[in-house]
Amino acid sequence: MAPLLEVSGLKAYYGATEALHGLSFALEKGGITTLLGANGAGKTTTLRAISGLVKRDGRITFDGEAIDRAATEDIARRGVAHVPEGRGTFTGLSVEENLKIASYGRRDKSGVKRDLDLVFSYFPRLKERLNQQAGTLSGGEQQMLAISRALMLSPRLMLLDEPSFGLAPLIVQEIFHIMRRINAEAGVSMLLVEQNAALALDLADTAYVLETGTVVMSGPAAQLKNDEGIRKSYLGY
Amino acid sequence: MTAVTAPGAPTADPARNITRTLVIGLVLMAAALPFLVGKSGVISNFTFLQLSLMIVYAIAVLGLNLLTGFNGQISLGHGAFFAVGAYTAAVLIETYGVNYWLTLPVAAVLCFVIGYLFGLPALRLEGHYLALATFGLAIAVPQMLKYKHLEPITNGVMGINLMKPDAPFGLALSSDQWMFLVVLIVAVAMFWAARNLLNSRPGRAMIAIRDNTLAAGTMGIDTSRYKATVFGISALYVGIAGALHAIIFEFVSPDSFRFELSIAILVGAVVGGVASLPGAIIGGVFVQFIEKYADAMTKKLTQAIHLPLELQPWTLYGITLIVLIYVMPGGIAGGLAALWARFRRRA
Repeated sequence: MAPLLEVSGLKAYYGATEALHGLSFALEKGGITTLLGANGAGKTTTLRAISGLVKRDGRITFDGEAIDRAATEDIARRGVAHVPEGRGTFTGLSVEENLKIASYGRRDKSGVKRDLDLVFSYFPRLKERLNQQAGTLSGGEQQMLAISRALMLSPRLMLLDEPSFGLAPLIVQEIFHIMRRINAEAGVSMLLVEQNAALALDLADTAYVLETGTVVMSGPAAQLKNDEGIRKSYLGY
Repeated sequence: MTAVTAPGAPTADPARNITRTLVIGLVLMAAALPFLVGKSGVISNFTFLQLSLMIVYAIAVLGLNLLTGFNGQISLGHGAFFAVGAYTAAVLIETYGVNYWLTLPVAAVLCFVIGYLFGLPALRLEGHYLALATFGLAIAVPQMLKYKHLEPITNGVMGINLMKPDAPFGLALSSDQWMFLVVLIVAVAMFWAARNLLNSRPGRAMIAIRDNTLAAGTMGIDTSRYKATVFGISALYVGIAGALHAIIFEFVSPDSFRFELSIAILVGAVVGGVASLPGAIIGGVFVQFIEKYADAMTKKLTQAIHLPLELQPWTLYGITLIVLIYVMPGGIAGGLAALWARFRRRA
């Protein structure tokens, strides 16, 4: 079976600076893949390059179609939902409006309704806060909102950029538990970028390790978890 | 759940109903004003003109607010669109004898197109750079109006004189009273349209782009097209304000639209309250009031408190601005809302 997302020779630029130097990896349909690496390794940039948020070069195919020249909004409409670093809450809008924004491009009204019910089944707390201004939500709730908003795109692939960032461990556990459910129940594949390598390797089935814009190691998550080098560098024991 | 599935359902929010009643009441009272006053002279024609100018500036401030307050793009050059709107009306009326009502849609379309086209390359610019690019526009447009080869149309530095239209249907109103009504009607339509826009899908997309442009893109919103379109709509509002200004002021010249006008509109938007519709009205009042009275007030103040030094005309303006921004960082509308919230908590 062809992979859902295939990236080869990916380069990305901030101005004249090359931040990714020919990255290649693939993501299987239905899987959870994680990108590990220190600060500045290019994890966030990789996600941004896939979404067309930075200048990029190389080949990216999603479900067999090239998306390396597509605009960000097109990529989103094809089913790649980006949950950005820092959550990207639309602070001036209500929770409900944040969720609605994502479904603007969709024609299937019954599908939108179904996805909204799905969102509330995962995050009942958002249903309680529907009319609250999103900027006043707690960090954890904003992360839930960001994931929910992505779900409203009815995506086949979710790009998750540091979903644990700045959150209390208990909330992180809750959110990661729901991410696993979304993957298993809704069949959404995931590409996860995490500082918390232990957490990421627990959730993911495949892992890639990045160092200064290139892949230095890859393999099944369980295997990488037991790798001595990984343990020392990223897991800290 | 019902709130989501039935977005158009009427809300039973009492505060909103009170606001609506209040707004409709005020507008009706304003509209009745010229008829009540009639030829009695209780309110002078000059005062009606002043009120009209306030409303005109409120439309312009609203236009900039749509761009800056609700879409997060800054402009230091909206006086240029005001000028384009004003000259469109002046030239059409004076040279081509077009009815003044018809000049409004023409100014609107023209300014939308220019605004959209200017907005396209401006998309690549953000923050300070966009501010500078638009500032360039504000500097360039008055000069272009003076350009020799455009003189047959613009009449160069001399500008164009107009005649204020009389009240139609034999209404017993003066020109100033009638134009006050016209300006009021247009303003109500423009504010109503803005409110509906902001409560619609595109409106929410505009706000989403302001709050987080990257995230808005990843939600499937075509951020570039939106930004350029909002630039166009914003210019359209300011263009209509400019056209109305030309008609009621009966005169246009390049020097009426110097870059100070752009700054005045921006100041009006900030002082009134960014991202606030009532704030736009307050901003309009502020722009006109300051332009008219800053000079006189400074002189009066100098005499009243026997200052040993002579204050320059704009001193009071500067002081007012600094105090306002420190005391009410959310603009006057934001400040009043905060006061009201505090009052309600106490009560």
